[in-house]
Amino acid sequence: MTITEQILAVHAGREQVSPGELINAKVDIVLANDITAPIAIREFEKTGAADVFDRDRIAFIPDHFTPQKDIRAAEQCRMLRDFARDYNLGLYFEVGRMGVEHALLPEQGIVLPGDLVIGADSHTCTYGALGAFSTGVGSTDAAAAMATGECWFRVPESMKLIYYGKLNRWVGGKDLILHTIGAIGVDGALYRAMEFEGEAISSLPMAGRLTMCNMAIEAGAKNGIIVPDRVTEEYVKPRAKRRYAFYSSGEDATYVDVREYDCSKIPLTVSCPHLPSNTRPAEELSSVAIDQVVVGSCTNGRLEDIREAAEIIKGRKVHPDTRMIVIPATQQIYLDALKEGLAEIFIEAGAVFSTPTCGPCLGGHMGVLAKGERAVATTNRNFTGRMGHPESEVYLANPAVAAASAVKGRIAVPEEVL
Amino acid sequence: MILKGKVWKFGDNIDTDAIIPARYLNTSDPHELAKHVMEDADREFPSKVGAGDMIVAGANFGCGSSREHAPIAIRAAGIQAVVAKSFARIFYRNAFNIGLPIFESEEAPGGIREGDEIEIDADGGAIRNITKGEEYAAKPIPPFMQELIAAGGLIEWTKKRITSP
Repeated sequence: MTITEQILAVHAGREQVSPGELINAKVDIVLANDITAPIAIREFEKTGAADVFDRDRIAFIPDHFTPQKDIRAAEQCRMLRDFARDYNLGLYFEVGRMGVEHALLPEQGIVLPGDLVIGADSHTCTYGALGAFSTGVGSTDAAAAMATGECWFRVPESMKLIYYGKLNRWVGGKDLILHTIGAIGVDGALYRAMEFEGEAISSLPMAGRLTMCNMAIEAGAKNGIIVPDRVTEEYVKPRAKRRYAFYSSGEDATYVDVREYDCSKIPLTVSCPHLPSNTRPAEELSSVAIDQVVVGSCTNGRLEDIREAAEIIKGRKVHPDTRMIVIPATQQIYLDALKEGLAEIFIEAGAVFSTPTCGPCLGGHMGVLAKGERAVATTNRNFTGRMGHPESEVYLANPAVAAASAVKGRIAVPEEVL
Repeated sequence: MILKGKVWKFGDNIDTDAIIPARYLNTSDPHELAKHVMEDADREFPSKVGAGDMIVAGANFGCGSSREHAPIAIRAAGIQAVVAKSFARIFYRNAFNIGLPIFESEEAPGGIREGDEIEIDADGGAIRNITKGEEYAAKPIPPFMQELIAAGGLIEWTKKRITSP
């Protein structure tokens, strides 16, 4: 069995599962945010369940429209807070203690290797980087799991993506995943598990792995996953507050597709409007002028990402025609960035340095685009209207390209700035 | 169950930001959401769509976010069913969980034009184009999904399991 099949089998109490089978499995963590939890709460109440299945296994994280951007958003957030109080939830994160959910839960050791995690947020697939099976579901699925501790799954076929060779300078997890989505398309992994491996993955730090698994959904995948190794152990050990398990794909594992990528041929990659699969090498896009740069989100808002952008920005200024918004994904990352002097670098360059929020990624707040405006963002989606006006545009890139673009006021690669 | 209605056509990769833009997600009220359904794909759509209409789209319908607001907005706008070449997986789950009928068909999106009148035999899996006099096969609905539909959605199905485990 593949690692995905093994984790599903264990949680279904089965010796073996095969792709295509429908199973009912126990979940370790259920999560929801301020947009999806209100519906989940209402549906949960309809189940007639007397209590939640486990008060320490349900994470409510108000991160999308927080700090509360308007009255309606505040009302939605209040539903989470009230429910968390009423049911005495152990994993409710108030503004000031929260972070972007998919950065926060791994950082705090709440999701762990071998876990089965579902979340009412499509980027729940992020935790595959830890060697967990995790997937996005809707609010009603989350509600049913909050009541029963279980969820139904169709066991996915797995595809294997092997990355060999050495990464080019400034190329990271973001470029690997954008390049892959560009190659296979936004439904190239539909209903499937994407298993990433190879020497480039082995040497990729956890931040880059989280970025890759985060965007598996952008290829239509059910989950992205990386077999845990030494990097995983080093990341998880100091954080975990409960036991975890490492699984790996067996000799007998079968894959519907195996693809190989030579990393020496993967350039700094940008996804052009309006699909993540619409990729081009960054250096071919130097004529694209931009109005806004966003560094942050569940995809690239970790300390490593903030550091990478700071390395480019340090001692330089954001272009006069461009605004730059930097959003550390969690309070811990924010604090670390302050202590390392990164906040100062951005503020001196003329950039915004903000408290954690998903805000601009989905055109919610903290950096919404006007008609005709164009952004380079380290986020995950560039659909029509994603960051604001339906006639605005989003280009997806890694933090170094985003920072270089902020300095130049157009899409740029780091070498043009350094 | 036979569903009959007029078709609105959309292309491939209709994402959930097109179905219901995130700027309207500060509410989960179905009627509020319905006012903006498909707005970023077709600005006029919320005013054009009528009760009982159908959506027919290409591949990967509902890709992107997990927001259940997407199938909720479609249903609240009065749309009876969505036919597509394929659905993104979270949208697929959500539609069954909340009871929005959806049908996967390889041929239907190619044959059906905007404004055509179609009839879907939800049990038999056939999609008839009344306007053109054609018939297309829909993929059979998996048995578990049929069980969910028969129970009245995931919450009703869960309720039964809680009361009689």
